[in-house]
Amino acid sequence: MSTHSKAAAQFVADAARTTWHDGALWAVRAKRDRMAQSVPEWEALRSAASEIKRHTLSHLGHYLTTFERQATANGIQVHWAVDADEMNRIVGELVARHGGRHLIKSKSMLSEECGLTPYLEARGIEAVESDLGERIMQLMHRPPSHIVLPAIAVKREEVGTLFEREWHTEPGNSDPTYLTHAARKNLRTKFLGADIAMTGVNFAIAEAGAFAVCTNEGNADLGTSFPDLHIAIMGLEKVIPDYRALGVFTRLLARSATGQPVTTYTSLYRKPAPGKQIHVIIVDNGRTETLADTAHRNMLKCLRCGACMNTCPVYRRSGGYSYSYFIPGPLGINLGMLRSPASYHGNVSACSLCYSCSAVCPARIDLGEQIYAWRQEMDLSGHADKYKKFAAKSIQFALSDPERFRSAVIAGRLAQRLPHGLLNNRFNPWYGSGREMPRFAPRTFRELWQAGEIRAAFPSAPASAPGENGPTAPQNHPTNK
Amino acid sequence: MKIGLFIPCYINALYPEVGQASYRLLTALGLDVDYPLEQTCCGQPMANAGFEHDAKPLAERMEHLFEQYDYVVGPSASCVAFVRESYPGLLEHQGEKPCIGERTYEICEFLHDVVRPTTLPARFPHKVSIHNSCHGVRKLGLSSPSELNVPYMSKLRDLLEKVEGIEIFEPTRRDECCGFGGMFAAEENAVSIRMGRDKIRDHLSTGAEYITGADSSCLMHLQGIIDHDRLPIKTLHIVQILASNL
Repeated sequence: MSTHSKAAAQFVADAARTTWHDGALWAVRAKRDRMAQSVPEWEALRSAASEIKRHTLSHLGHYLTTFERQATANGIQVHWAVDADEMNRIVGELVARHGGRHLIKSKSMLSEECGLTPYLEARGIEAVESDLGERIMQLMHRPPSHIVLPAIAVKREEVGTLFEREWHTEPGNSDPTYLTHAARKNLRTKFLGADIAMTGVNFAIAEAGAFAVCTNEGNADLGTSFPDLHIAIMGLEKVIPDYRALGVFTRLLARSATGQPVTTYTSLYRKPAPGKQIHVIIVDNGRTETLADTAHRNMLKCLRCGACMNTCPVYRRSGGYSYSYFIPGPLGINLGMLRSPASYHGNVSACSLCYSCSAVCPARIDLGEQIYAWRQEMDLSGHADKYKKFAAKSIQFALSDPERFRSAVIAGRLAQRLPHGLLNNRFNPWYGSGREMPRFAPRTFRELWQAGEIRAAFPSAPASAPGENGPTAPQNHPTNK
Repeated sequence: MKIGLFIPCYINALYPEVGQASYRLLTALGLDVDYPLEQTCCGQPMANAGFEHDAKPLAERMEHLFEQYDYVVGPSASCVAFVRESYPGLLEHQGEKPCIGERTYEICEFLHDVVRPTTLPARFPHKVSIHNSCHGVRKLGLSSPSELNVPYMSKLRDLLEKVEGIEIFEPTRRDECCGFGGMFAAEENAVSIRMGRDKIRDHLSTGAEYITGADSSCLMHLQGIIDHDRLPIKTLHIVQILASNL
């Protein structure tokens, strides 16, 4: 049993919650479908996005240094961080030099990846999440369970209880509008009192030395409006060549993520306002190794839209916390393995190989195919489950010649004569929570063929090939030995 | 045109009637059909679990057994998808001749794209719900994947429409995975069974009496849950419907 399988079994045990979680995310997938259907050139856009990313990743050094040069010319200060530690250290130094203890953040997966918030908190800096979903999770002291919809696993009643505890809202009131107003009232004080703003970067435009930040709540815009210091952190794969490319990605991002035509706020940061500073930190943290990995470099094309999670039938029915990596779903399975196979191979079982993720991805990343590839690589790197390996070896042995296959079928038929409860119980992984075993046929197709019954029962074989198909010539097959 | 009938291991052992219907249907359409006796398994179960190299001897065996046939035709979309997609990699040492994968067809796509019959000798006066299996849809293109912005197309529906008296339905989530997934069904059994239950409910909501598709593996998984929950619907491989009057 993998770590995912165990955690997923607990999630599924709450059938009503599973229904609700699956339904909420399927609704997002359905909205995304309607949006995708409304753009006639949708498939061409996906191809363009994939090709632009491939081009950029193939010329990454060129585009990153172009971005650095142009951004610097615009008055933005650019930093490079080889890993999470260096990124956190740079942020820490910028904050210390600037002064202030209150940092307002918009959503950034890179900040989660690098553990930035705990790093800052350990140094007495308050880092407040300004995206509502992220804020809810921060107040609950739980990580997000989805990269775009961080609080998707939290019911509004639970949010009501949380706000009641934190901000003394009306007991029992879980009206979404009421709760949103309460959150806004609290967050306003945080926005107004912040000394430092932090955002992620959705797209860094090399030719312009500018970067785009997309939100639905305007929280990045509001957050960066007051403080004198804006720190933006970006993975080095976020660079794109030019504004024309940006047009392709902004058309795909929100449609894929939430089924909106565009994010409510798509803001470009090009130069700091007079007296203010913008710093961009370009972070590697393992991405260069991914780029060198021919089997998995496509992962660097990811826009972080979350569409692969919404469509994943396993994610929808097992929830974000059933995955051991901080990003769940097909994306997280892959990114976790790129981070550390030893730590995160327990997620690789969380895939029925339906390939819906590959079909939904706006950058045409072959997510499902890569999970299949990881399964093969796990055996080579010694992370394969030993029971599964034994099962695969046994099947291979039983199926490698027809006589062994026949013996296996005979054994199966005998096992079927055992009392029902002896075979169909929770110790049988097929039976699980209620799935009967299939029954072996009294005679296999091969046995029926050998006995001439497949053909004898159907004498209307064409006259053109009587020797091959006639009921009287069962031994006439060229491969019969 | 010589056709080698590819009967996957589990169809051989559990559903010989699917193999029989395949043979009858192809033969009734005037084709020269043969069954290489020594076939066992294509190797997909091991490969999907992460042991593709264990499938190599089986791939070599398949290639040898079906060497002399113009077409290899089988009633199982996921097995055919595996042969077509993974065999070229597994059999790369045999580079001079075309790989078996290039002439291997799932039976519905073979009928739809190669044989192209105008009529079928079939009558099935029942309501059926089409089970669009993942590898059939997203690997073989038996129907248009719901994720893509492409015109609706379904080779299974096109064939079923030639059956007299039939009423055809599709579930709301028309190609969401049913949760079989090979070893996934056992390793992630809680999610797998939950996916299956949801899928059956979706099929049931169409009012259909039968769930039909091109993969007996999905149908085996669903039938196990139907039997356990005693649900008022049955599974039936599509060739059994297409050959229903033979």
